[in-house]
Amino acid sequence: MEQGKMATDKIIELKNLCKSYDEKPVVKNVTLSIKKGEFVTLLGPSGCGKTTTLRMIAGFEKPTSGSVHISGNDMTQSPPYARNVNTVFQNYALFPHLNVFNNIAFGLKFKCINDGTFFTDKNGVKYANLRKFTKTEITNKVKNALKMVDLEEYEKRNVSSLSGGQKQRVAIARSLVNEPDVLLLDEPLGALDLKMRKDMQLELMNMHKKLGITFVYVTHDQEEALTMSDTIVVMKDGVIQQIGTPQKVYDEPANAFVADFIGESNIFSGTMIADFKVEFCDHLFECVDKGFKFNEPIDVIIRPEDVKICNPDEDITQLTAVVSSCVFKGDHFQITVIINGGEDYEMLIHDNIECKVNATVGLCIKPFDLHIMHKARIINEIKTEMWDFNIVEISGGKFPCNCDLPSGTKVLVSIDFDDVVIHDDEDQGIIGGEVINTIYKGNYYQCVIRTDDYYDFFVDTEDDWLKGDRVGISVNPDKIVIKKIEDTQNGD
Amino acid sequence: MGTKIKNISMKIASRIKNFRITRSVFAYPYVLFLMMFVIMPLVILLINAFIVNEKFSFENFANFFNDGSSVDTLMFSLLIGIITTVLCILLGYPVAYILSKWSSGRLIVLLFILPMWVNFLIRTLSTRFMFEAIGIKLGVGTLIFGLVYNYIPFMILPLHTTLSNIDKSFSEAASDLGANPINTFFKITFPLSIPGILSGITMVFIPTISTFAISQFLGGTSSHLFGDSINTKFEHQLYGVGSVMSIIMLIFVLISNYFMQKTNKGEAARNLW
Repeated sequence: MEQGKMATDKIIELKNLCKSYDEKPVVKNVTLSIKKGEFVTLLGPSGCGKTTTLRMIAGFEKPTSGSVHISGNDMTQSPPYARNVNTVFQNYALFPHLNVFNNIAFGLKFKCINDGTFFTDKNGVKYANLRKFTKTEITNKVKNALKMVDLEEYEKRNVSSLSGGQKQRVAIARSLVNEPDVLLLDEPLGALDLKMRKDMQLELMNMHKKLGITFVYVTHDQEEALTMSDTIVVMKDGVIQQIGTPQKVYDEPANAFVADFIGESNIFSGTMIADFKVEFCDHLFECVDKGFKFNEPIDVIIRPEDVKICNPDEDITQLTAVVSSCVFKGDHFQITVIINGGEDYEMLIHDNIECKVNATVGLCIKPFDLHIMHKARIINEIKTEMWDFNIVEISGGKFPCNCDLPSGTKVLVSIDFDDVVIHDDEDQGIIGGEVINTIYKGNYYQCVIRTDDYYDFFVDTEDDWLKGDRVGISVNPDKIVIKKIEDTQNGD
Repeated sequence: MGTKIKNISMKIASRIKNFRITRSVFAYPYVLFLMMFVIMPLVILLINAFIVNEKFSFENFANFFNDGSSVDTLMFSLLIGIITTVLCILLGYPVAYILSKWSSGRLIVLLFILPMWVNFLIRTLSTRFMFEAIGIKLGVGTLIFGLVYNYIPFMILPLHTTLSNIDKSFSEAASDLGANPINTFFKITFPLSIPGILSGITMVFIPTISTFAISQFLGGTSSHLFGDSINTKFEHQLYGVGSVMSIIMLIFVLISNYFMQKTNKGEAARNLW
């Protein structure tokens, strides 16, 4: 088996994979290749399409478009039983009517292997003669699998009498006994308690090292992903945000979402004054980034452990701040400070110095630790039509505005992030929407509100809005900037 | 004796005095109903069966077992019951299986129950007239048809419930482990649906062996079921033998119930509807 497939070291290739349920896209254009023997984690919040992607690799879901290649063969239309991949299910899916032994032996009973002889047909094509495993072979394999997961004494046990962790082990053994090319794991540790989860993480990593099988692991737990994987694939809304090693994803997040999702981070809005110079929190900092536009608004991401606390009088002090809380976390203190500037900015710091609340401290951040990112958007821009004089239609709602263009005129509406007003009661707003995301940016929250026709409003607000809540949106008529779109194609 | 009655009457009197509406009070009407229409008839049945000429005797039993035709009828009834049950499984399982795969299956199952809302006497009579109209002679065949037609919904319903409650991930896991759809069915879906089959059997077999109206309408002159003979015995005022036969039937019902429970490990009750 080994020799024939060494030609390609990519064991799984997903090409432009898309999946929609009832016209609603869940996975959008995912392209990913996984190397043989790699431990890849699909990481993202719930509903980001990671499980659907895994199910398409396993063959339980047929992609709407795009293709799945396993070991170099296009397997997009193959049923699950024809693919040499095995899945460990989130709920284990152990067969309740079979005991532990028969659960593990289940897959082996269908396997056909070469019996060592060959058969040549009329055209001279050589086929291997196939046979099934014998009873003793199956027994030996199952015993080995049970030994691997430390459940030697359990083969006669009923699966319903096992604990969560033991069920998990049986599920893993049941998949691994088939010696698959790829093992797919769908949040396998989700139902276990913390201690058990840590133990199983280590065990899974050891198994991966020992067996050399490719693991594709789905989780929403960033810590699990960082601990276990060779490669992390961060997903959001069905789109891959970043692919990289745990270190790279942590140290150089591709965007504010990744930074916020993986590990803790401080995210501030800032401006690039020039190459290698950035301004945020009303202070000027040196950085290692260049190539941004002059005065381009950007996001600055700083990991809490990259901020050093020092004496305010020291030379290295870049800015001063007042400590507002200091909590002992075992191996470090979690310190929240308020940076004094034109406005107050909050920053989270992990350091091993204990600080007194209300003490003034100096802060020092190395240029290398400032991660600067383009903003996803600087202003909400919507192409729409005038509904009537002084009324513009946005996402199906009629917004009053100061504009005397006649009804039906095509216009471009711009609304600043902080001009959008969010109402707790959906009916108080002109239109309703769902809070998709909120990121704390030092002294305000940036929320993304998705309207019912899938336009994402970016909103800067003072309050933390709960993800998934329905809210109302309205805008002060004076703050809506309307520009007529000149119709270039037809003159009427 | 006299003091005992006095004691009891005093007890009842104090009970009436201290009467309060508690939760158990609401069960009294049903308990009364149960006494009158379940316990009493059973007691009467036992008295009829064992008391001959005001003396305890097994005479009625002896009469029953000496009468070859009665035993034959019993065996015939059991056979008809088994055939009907097997046919109901063979016809009902595929229907229930296909419907459990459809999202609109629940609605279509309702269509299968729809005939049950018509009175079964009317249904059975209509079936009989239908057979007569197309010139099919009434006999064992038409009897089995009538039984299957009447009892198949009781097979489909528990089967459908059990099949649609089987977690989809089991068949996915089987497919993932290399089982093709046929293997998946026989190794996973079928074994997991056995509780449904068992409750289907309980609900078809037991009523079938005790029915009498269907066989009277559809059985023709030749095929009498055990229920019919009991009916005839009572009509001819042979209460003793009739009671014995009823008790024998009851024993068969209890035996089959016991076996169902034993093989089922109490899972059917949960999955019944």
